[in-house]
Amino acid sequence: MRPDSRIWSFVVPIAAVILALMIASIVILLIGKNPVVAYEALIKGAFGGRQAIADTIIKTTPLILTGLAVGFGFRAGVFNIGAEGQMIMGALIATVVGINLGGVPPVIAIPVTMLIGMLAGAGWAAIAGYLKAKTGAHEVVSTIMLNWIATYLSSYMVTEPLAVGSGTPKSPEIAESAKLPPLLTIGATEMTSGIIIAIVAAIIMYIILEKTTTGYEVKAAGFNPYAAEYGGISISKNITMSMAISGALAGLAGALEVMGVHHRFLGTLSGGKGFDGISVALIGQNHPIGIMFAAFLMASLRTGSNEMQFVGVPKHIIMIIQGIVIFLVAADRIVRTILIRKKKVRS
Amino acid sequence: MPPSLGGIELDKEYAVVMKGITKRFPGVLANDHVDLFVEKGEIHAIVGENGAGKTTLMNQLYGLLHPDEGEIYVFGKKVHFKGPREAIEHGIGMVHQHFMLVDNLTVAENVVLGSETKKGFLFDLNEARKVVKDLSEKYGLLVDVDAKIEDIPVGMQQRVEIIKTLYRGAEILILDEPTAVLTPQEAEELFEILRRLKKSGKTIIFISHKLNEVMEISDNVTVMRLGKVTGRLKTSETNPKEIARLMVGRDVVLRVEKESKEPGDVVFEVKDLWVKDNRGLDAVKGVSLKVRRGEIVGIAGVAGNGQTELVEAITGLRKVEKGKIIFDGIDVTGFSPRELRDMGMAHIPEDRLKYGLIVEYPAYYNLILGRHHRFPFSESNFLNKRFILKNAEDLFEEFDIRPRKPEMLGGNFSGGNQQKIVVARELSHEPKFMVISQPTRGLDVGAIEFIHKTILRMRARNVGILLISMELEEIFSLSDRILVIYEGEIMGETRPEETTFEKVGLMMAGHRLEEVER
Amino acid sequence: MRFIEALLDIFTNPQFYKITLTASTPLIFASLGGVFSETTGVVNIALEGIMLMGAFFSVVFTQITGSPWLGVFLAIPIGMGMAWLHAWASIKWCGNQIVSGAALILIAQGVTGFLMEPIFGQPGQTDFVGKIAEIKIPGLCKVPFLGQAIGQINPLVIVAFASVFATWFLLYKTTLGLRMRAVGENPESADTLGINVYGIRYFGVIMSGVMASLGGSFLSVGEVGNFRELMTGGRGFIALAAMILGNWNPIGAMWASLLFGASEAMANQLQSSPILHVPATTKPLFNMFPFIVTLVVVAGLIGKTRPPAADGIPYEKSE
Repeated sequence: MRPDSRIWSFVVPIAAVILALMIASIVILLIGKNPVVAYEALIKGAFGGRQAIADTIIKTTPLILTGLAVGFGFRAGVFNIGAEGQMIMGALIATVVGINLGGVPPVIAIPVTMLIGMLAGAGWAAIAGYLKAKTGAHEVVSTIMLNWIATYLSSYMVTEPLAVGSGTPKSPEIAESAKLPPLLTIGATEMTSGIIIAIVAAIIMYIILEKTTTGYEVKAAGFNPYAAEYGGISISKNITMSMAISGALAGLAGALEVMGVHHRFLGTLSGGKGFDGISVALIGQNHPIGIMFAAFLMASLRTGSNEMQFVGVPKHIIMIIQGIVIFLVAADRIVRTILIRKKKVRS
Repeated sequence: MPPSLGGIELDKEYAVVMKGITKRFPGVLANDHVDLFVEKGEIHAIVGENGAGKTTLMNQLYGLLHPDEGEIYVFGKKVHFKGPREAIEHGIGMVHQHFMLVDNLTVAENVVLGSETKKGFLFDLNEARKVVKDLSEKYGLLVDVDAKIEDIPVGMQQRVEIIKTLYRGAEILILDEPTAVLTPQEAEELFEILRRLKKSGKTIIFISHKLNEVMEISDNVTVMRLGKVTGRLKTSETNPKEIARLMVGRDVVLRVEKESKEPGDVVFEVKDLWVKDNRGLDAVKGVSLKVRRGEIVGIAGVAGNGQTELVEAITGLRKVEKGKIIFDGIDVTGFSPRELRDMGMAHIPEDRLKYGLIVEYPAYYNLILGRHHRFPFSESNFLNKRFILKNAEDLFEEFDIRPRKPEMLGGNFSGGNQQKIVVARELSHEPKFMVISQPTRGLDVGAIEFIHKTILRMRARNVGILLISMELEEIFSLSDRILVIYEGEIMGETRPEETTFEKVGLMMAGHRLEEVER
Repeated sequence: MRFIEALLDIFTNPQFYKITLTASTPLIFASLGGVFSETTGVVNIALEGIMLMGAFFSVVFTQITGSPWLGVFLAIPIGMGMAWLHAWASIKWCGNQIVSGAALILIAQGVTGFLMEPIFGQPGQTDFVGKIAEIKIPGLCKVPFLGQAIGQINPLVIVAFASVFATWFLLYKTTLGLRMRAVGENPESADTLGINVYGIRYFGVIMSGVMASLGGSFLSVGEVGNFRELMTGGRGFIALAAMILGNWNPIGAMWASLLFGASEAMANQLQSSPILHVPATTKPLFNMFPFIVTLVVVAGLIGKTRPPAADGIPYEKSE
């Protein structure tokens, strides 16, 4: 434990992002495009105009939640790669419920739909959590299996039982009363109030982790399960509960996407937002505040990448940047060593 | 008489000479201009407390570490080992305190690993087995060449380590705390082996903090303290008291004063307990014992005889297969750690880093572990920082934990202070019964004294104490009654004033009390 | 009842066994890769990503050279390079091995998608570039049932099974193998005996890159002759489960891979079963089948298998 680790946990991710952008520009050069032009397009796409900013904020919402999901898991000592599947299940079940809430007033319909989405995500994650607690099954393999199962299951649901219309498989719209009211309407884009809920979730997570006994126990189990058990904390309960909370956050992300953005379940709903959650959690150093900033950053990258396509740089560059950032955060000593050397050279 | 400093005597043949060895680690000067002279064909002891720098010094002789300053000569030739391979080539072999064996490979495979017997590029297992059998017979080191390391007892594991060095042609053997894991009888057997090796011309250096063994087996002693050499003595011309004084720097009380006391009624009882280990084999086989208030019951035994599993079962960390545990009159078999703690049981674990502390948590969080869910530290799931910090301040003061910084992370405290944190926390539960396991492992004499005095204080306050230790000194000086455990069974019960180290040692090696008394 | 009929029909159909072999082959390669890496003590979940790179670049090189075999061969260094990155982060920098592996999967998905348009001019999937031709095994073709199942077979399938035995031989009959196993179990002990722990770990991880690359190449130029984005479809993770189920032993991993391959073949055959007449829209449900099998196996049998003791723990010399 280094005494200056607080500063490092701030500096490392930022340095990692900058390094990743630099490496990515080399990749861009390799296909014959100009990185400066590309990054200009990126910024324009993310922040150039009210429409763009609205888009970015819409994308931030699920990322905050999946980031919180993965981040909470990390604090508890579990690697929840299953945020993708949990988000899908949350969205799917929320849709099914939302479709049937026709006559119910919004004051009830909205919380109920959200809650059911969270429970679906929690349940899906708890399967992996329970397996880990009872049999020691590694959560990486089991959650990824659950991801694929969720993907195929929902794909089936929108092609057969719930299908509506033609073209991209999709479900019927949810009831009016279950839709989230928009915050602002800019042009054709409604910026949903989901972002408020996401921020509230981040604050609640902070309070739980830092101020409550539950947080004390979750972190203890994550740091040292042996000592935690010795100290009276039930490890199997903890693992299952932590996965469930993590899944609930991811499920909420899915539910909000349905309730606030698409108003139905689209076949292509999650689109990798679950994996983005991993980048967000790592860049945000598993801290709710950091996660909010990291989510905003990732969202800007995603929104901006559409604009990059127009200048000939495929969207996949974002995945490459993400991958490099995560790589550098995993091996953070690389970043620390580079920074220390730079400091030494300067002095 | 070996020289104290300066020139080497020319009429002696030295196997090893280390001059001016200095080694620094971040924050600590482990070796401070150390000189060591080991004659050819002698048994040389290096003594000192934990942290004196003995192992660091030997690791440099073996090439695992490189000296910052100083020179090393082996058989008169100056050497510069880049790694253990070179040391091995020069005839140096080392048996570490924690064995360097690969659990899932066999004895033969472990011995030849790194210098394998080959047929082309294939590994010749049969040749390996033959070579090991031959060495085993030649030096009288009994081993089972085909057994996996994880299946053989500790004494045999040590013999495998010795054969490893002989296989590589070791002329100089370094043994680091070799008797830490042996019964007194096994230690005797080891000394026989060492005498035999000495007769065949080998030079032996052994590191120890056990003065009686040093007196018994060594020819010369080098005493170290806080990284420096404080004395070079010929064993036949000195005594334990002198060595101890050189080790610690002051006159040492080798045993704490224990007042006599009438114990109260039974507070804790175990009836015919059966517990399995991690591999599903029976580790505790029908153990029964009682502990009274104000009484210290000591369980002696070599590591790996079921103590760990017994403690885990008693403290709720391991499943009880058969039998009963009764605490304060209530059947608590199968109770969780939390329930037991709430009832007044405290546990000082044998591995403080694994079980006792969360190194990433600040000390004030560590000090409430186990009671963190109760008032006043927690109210309706919210932590009360004020009470938590006050509790930490009070405990730091009472137990003299240093540095006085409760916000410092647990992992940054020294070993002795970490143990103080654990002890402080467990005692602050105001327990009726305590399970204390290897409480002074790896601690220096000052910390050991403090812990022992604290334990006796608890005894005076009528707390029932179950003490598990591998250090017979500790068992004898603290216990009112002594039980000996061997392969999961109690071999016998006695009192320190009615028995001897030898008798207890025999029980630790598997003889029952009735046999021993004859 | 109809279901049992359908099952019997499938088990007696040589096609089922042929498909099992083809479905198992990439799993065998990748799980052997996992064995190499984890035996020396490094967890490598990036297999999925390295397979993808192998699949993509073997198509690229087949396009350039015109020969699918060259394509497979030239893709191997790419797999080794990816693996080297993981080894570098995990061994030299003692990074978090699972996160590093996840990062490489993302990078692989990004790079392969990114290069689609620049190299092939279209996103999503490439055109057909070339496929490794099946070979007829002389004599076997005439044998009833067996001949139909394995008489005509993709040579890479044979390479896969040969690799299983080569790996087993390396690990259990050579000194290198003995040292690899020691390093994964107790690196400190190996170090005190003068064994190069870091070197052996690099070897194990880079070999896992070779194996995973071959597995991915089989998916593209071995089976279909082109590349489709994300075509590995989770197989890298199923391979990890196979390695675990196989108790980190090459032969065990082979059997486990065959089991998972069979479940994929079963799903495939049930879908096209003339007895069951399954509607096309239920395809996704059948796709789920191998993953459910893996999940159940992972849940049921973990804890009964034993990973190398130092698996996933970075080794730092106490110097």
